[in-house]
Amino acid sequence: MANPDHHHDHGGDHAGGSELSDMQLRVRALETILTEKGYVEAAALDAIIEACETRIGPHNGARVVAKAWIDAGFRKALLEDGSKAVAGLGHDSRVGEHLVAVENTPDTHNIVVCTLCSCYPWDLLGLPPVWYKSTQYRSRTVKDPRGVLHDFGVTLPATTKIRVWDSTAETRFLVVPMRPAGTDGWTEDQLAALVTRDSMVGTGLAQPPGKAV
Amino acid sequence: MRDMTDRTSAVAQAVPGFPHDAGGPVFREPWQAQAFAMTLTLYDRGLFTWPEWAAMLAAEIERARARGDPDTGDTYYHHWLAALERIVAEKRVTDAHTLSRYHDAWDRAADRTPHGMPIELQPEDFRAT
Repeated sequence: MANPDHHHDHGGDHAGGSELSDMQLRVRALETILTEKGYVEAAALDAIIEACETRIGPHNGARVVAKAWIDAGFRKALLEDGSKAVAGLGHDSRVGEHLVAVENTPDTHNIVVCTLCSCYPWDLLGLPPVWYKSTQYRSRTVKDPRGVLHDFGVTLPATTKIRVWDSTAETRFLVVPMRPAGTDGWTEDQLAALVTRDSMVGTGLAQPPGKAV
Repeated sequence: MRDMTDRTSAVAQAVPGFPHDAGGPVFREPWQAQAFAMTLTLYDRGLFTWPEWAAMLAAEIERARARGDPDTGDTYYHHWLAALERIVAEKRVTDAHTLSRYHDAWDRAADRTPHGMPIELQPEDFRAT
């Protein structure tokens, strides 16, 4: 597998050796120090990463939304105290103090942003997408939410108010999108498949039933 | 679920002006995952509160923007790692000098490790250059 172009010699001493990027070197340096001091363990770090890549993700949030659609009692509890209602489903909040669920209606559409950094309900939605973390999204959503929605392919009636929720380290928001028409009698599983990540951030809508496979 | 991800990603790709989200692995490179997991672990151990972390990260992003970082989201984990280095130093877990010493040691370890072999840190890697 020798590749003569692979080595980017700085001082000429990389030839034949391996190379780590500066970010890799910095992460390894920090991890070694934290491990030596007993702050972290490699196996525990791997478990977190594995959870991020598999177990946590928008499917968790989708289940919460689907349950709210079919269970009026749960919907009420979710809107009253998001953290408590969600903890009842076994989704313990890892970070942040408070989950607030905001419900879309024909009159009001909710959209979530974090103007300061990118606070996001990870446990329910997975890690935030790149656009959520961009300056453009963070600054434009506050000033021109309708324009941002338009860029995401969402056009709402002019009579629908758009409410922007700015996350903080203490409060994270989950948008409960409107249940699509034509889904009467659907099961929670079927409904959950219509709930996209973007619909729970407010940059999208739940999928219409025809599109769900 | 896969179909849903694909669709979301197709929408994101069609959106002009936003860096698109590939819908692939949540971390683009393993170091990002390591940095994220270390932060969560230190938070769990009570080294800092989440508001403290958020303030540190926001300040780091602000500094990067002041330096001309386009802050499109692609460099997010660079800011994340910088904030993590800063907060562990602030909490006196380590300091910039030690971080730099370990950084250079890992660099030497990489240099002397034949390509394709696992890179491991040895005491000799800490020798002064």
